Amino acid sequence: MNRRLLWPALALVALLVLNLVVTPSFFELRIRDGHLFGSLVDVLRNGAPTVLIALGMTLVIATRGIDLSVGAVAAIAGAVACTHLAGGGDAVTGMVLALLVCAVLGLWNGFLVAVLGIQPIIATLVLMIAGRGVAMLLTEGQIVTVDDDVFRQVGAGFVVLPVAILISLAVLGGVALVTRRTALGMLIESVGVNPEASRLAGVRARTIIWTVYVFAALCAGIAGLMISSNVNAADANNAGLWIEMDAILAVVIGGTLLTGGRYSLLGTLLGALTIQTLTTTVYTIGVPPTATLVFKAAVVIVVCLLQAPRGAPVPRREPEVVGS
Amino acid sequence: MLKKITVAVSSILLLAACGAGGGDDAAGDDGTITMGFAQVGAESGWRTANTKSVQEAAKAAGIDLKFSDAQQKQENQIKAIRSYVQQKVDVIAFSPVVETGWDTVLLEAKRANIPVILTDRAIDSEDTSLYETFLGSDFVEEGNKAAQWLLDNTTGAQKVVELQGTTGAAPAIDRKKGFEEVIASRPDIEIVASQTGDFTRSGGKQVMEAFLRSTPDIDVVYAHNDDMGLGAIEAIRAAGKVPGKDITIITVDAVKAGMEALAAGEINFIVECNPLLGEQLMDLAKKVVAGEEVPARVVTEEGTFTQEQAKAALPDRQY
Repeated sequence: MNRRLLWPALALVALLVLNLVVTPSFFELRIRDGHLFGSLVDVLRNGAPTVLIALGMTLVIATRGIDLSVGAVAAIAGAVACTHLAGGGDAVTGMVLALLVCAVLGLWNGFLVAVLGIQPIIATLVLMIAGRGVAMLLTEGQIVTVDDDVFRQVGAGFVVLPVAILISLAVLGGVALVTRRTALGMLIESVGVNPEASRLAGVRARTIIWTVYVFAALCAGIAGLMISSNVNAADANNAGLWIEMDAILAVVIGGTLLTGGRYSLLGTLLGALTIQTLTTTVYTIGVPPTATLVFKAAVVIVVCLLQAPRGAPVPRREPEVVGS
Repeated sequence: MLKKITVAVSSILLLAACGAGGGDDAAGDDGTITMGFAQVGAESGWRTANTKSVQEAAKAAGIDLKFSDAQQKQENQIKAIRSYVQQKVDVIAFSPVVETGWDTVLLEAKRANIPVILTDRAIDSEDTSLYETFLGSDFVEEGNKAAQWLLDNTTGAQKVVELQGTTGAAPAIDRKKGFEEVIASRPDIEIVASQTGDFTRSGGKQVMEAFLRSTPDIDVVYAHNDDMGLGAIEAIRAAGKVPGKDITIITVDAVKAGMEALAAGEINFIVECNPLLGEQLMDLAKKVVAGEEVPARVVTEEGTFTQEQAKAALPDRQY
């Protein structure tokens, strides 16, 4: 394991140990109603949406882009599925519908970035702001409550492990297979390093950029379904709020550079799980609500400092270059 | 080509903005009252009912309502209030998202001679001349009522976990305070854990899941609103316990989804927090604009619901 992955992994382990010290039963796993049950399982289930969105984000960031709209897209997916269900529709149709809408939103982002050449942060900011408005319009500003057994499975269901994390891991496996066993991963990285050179070398940079935005939107859509299914309600205002920040953080903690190029899927997984464990830790060890954000920030900054190329506490071999 | 389209679109937008601006000025002159209302957001069913009530009451009272949704952010609310000051509305009403940090923007309103009415939530400021009146529930009293029911309906030691509202929000601070005041008389009732669930369902669920692991033998959940309580119910059920039986649940608000859960026996007691303050607000606005004296504190009428009362009240529930 390279050094970039080492620190987030250590942070994760440290958080888990902290939990174990404070709550000895933290690692306790029981079988209840035919599935695993315990704090660790909760971490996996609640972390599944972040893992999924961070995966989409990783590929976008690898092309030197960024997608700020994923939280809003997640809210739209939940809103579409829940309003469809509340209107007497069928769960599967609702979810397919939601993902179709998300694909269209991804096409829109990709169009702005790949075809019009707008800077990704601005292009996706449009949908980040407007998307919540769209979700609010769909739900008419209400929290739409649904009661459907099929829909509930996505976010709260279990097949030994939570269905949500199984979906996320399946997507992770799929992405790893498609991008690492074929040339696609290398092409994505090459677009991130230099889109113009890649195009001249015969890589279809535009198509690749377009594809990663659609993929990110689809991931966000599935995550949105998980979030709303977990509480059986679509909350246009709060579903997936700030999850884009968590996802970007997960990608960065995982060692993928925001400047594009090389990316690490495993790192992203570690990053996302670290963030979720951090949230759960805050609740279990009883950090006072007023200190929560400071506590989280402190942990994140420690991880980032350890990971920084010049901040890690390893003996420096090369002499420092003045003024570099 | 693309540039031309962009230019065309932006000039149309600019024109539209100017047109809207002109219209506002005219509205201020013809005698109808213009009210700027800066809502917190649409974070819960309660808030939606509150928004509806204000909008409908404004229509009925012939008041021109300018409505803005701050999506739970203070900066957005401050921006909205500032724009109302610039538009020279006759009266500003708003539900402050948090208690502090309002002095500057309210001073701007005061200098522009625009009266301010606080609805539903109070602010924490030395200078009470910044607003005319505060219309809303007494959150401390709500906390008292919740704790009193617990005192009256339980015997022996009780381990309570608390799901707090948004950190720093008046209802979160006061509902906590009111609850603690009353349970202090029973030393065997103890709050063993307390965390914020941000007044949302998923927040309530996630915090409750963690509580169920870290704190064995929870007897009572006290949630600062129905939505967090509903999230907690999901978590309790997932942990294989029966909400309302194994763990007693007390919430505040009495929105429809909460009342349904109460009637179904999953919640044990709800303290009402009445969102339908639109009519009272419009009355106050008219008086304030006419220069009449209004009391500095107007409390909305509210009650409490047990499971039986919920069954009876549910069919006529508006929200």
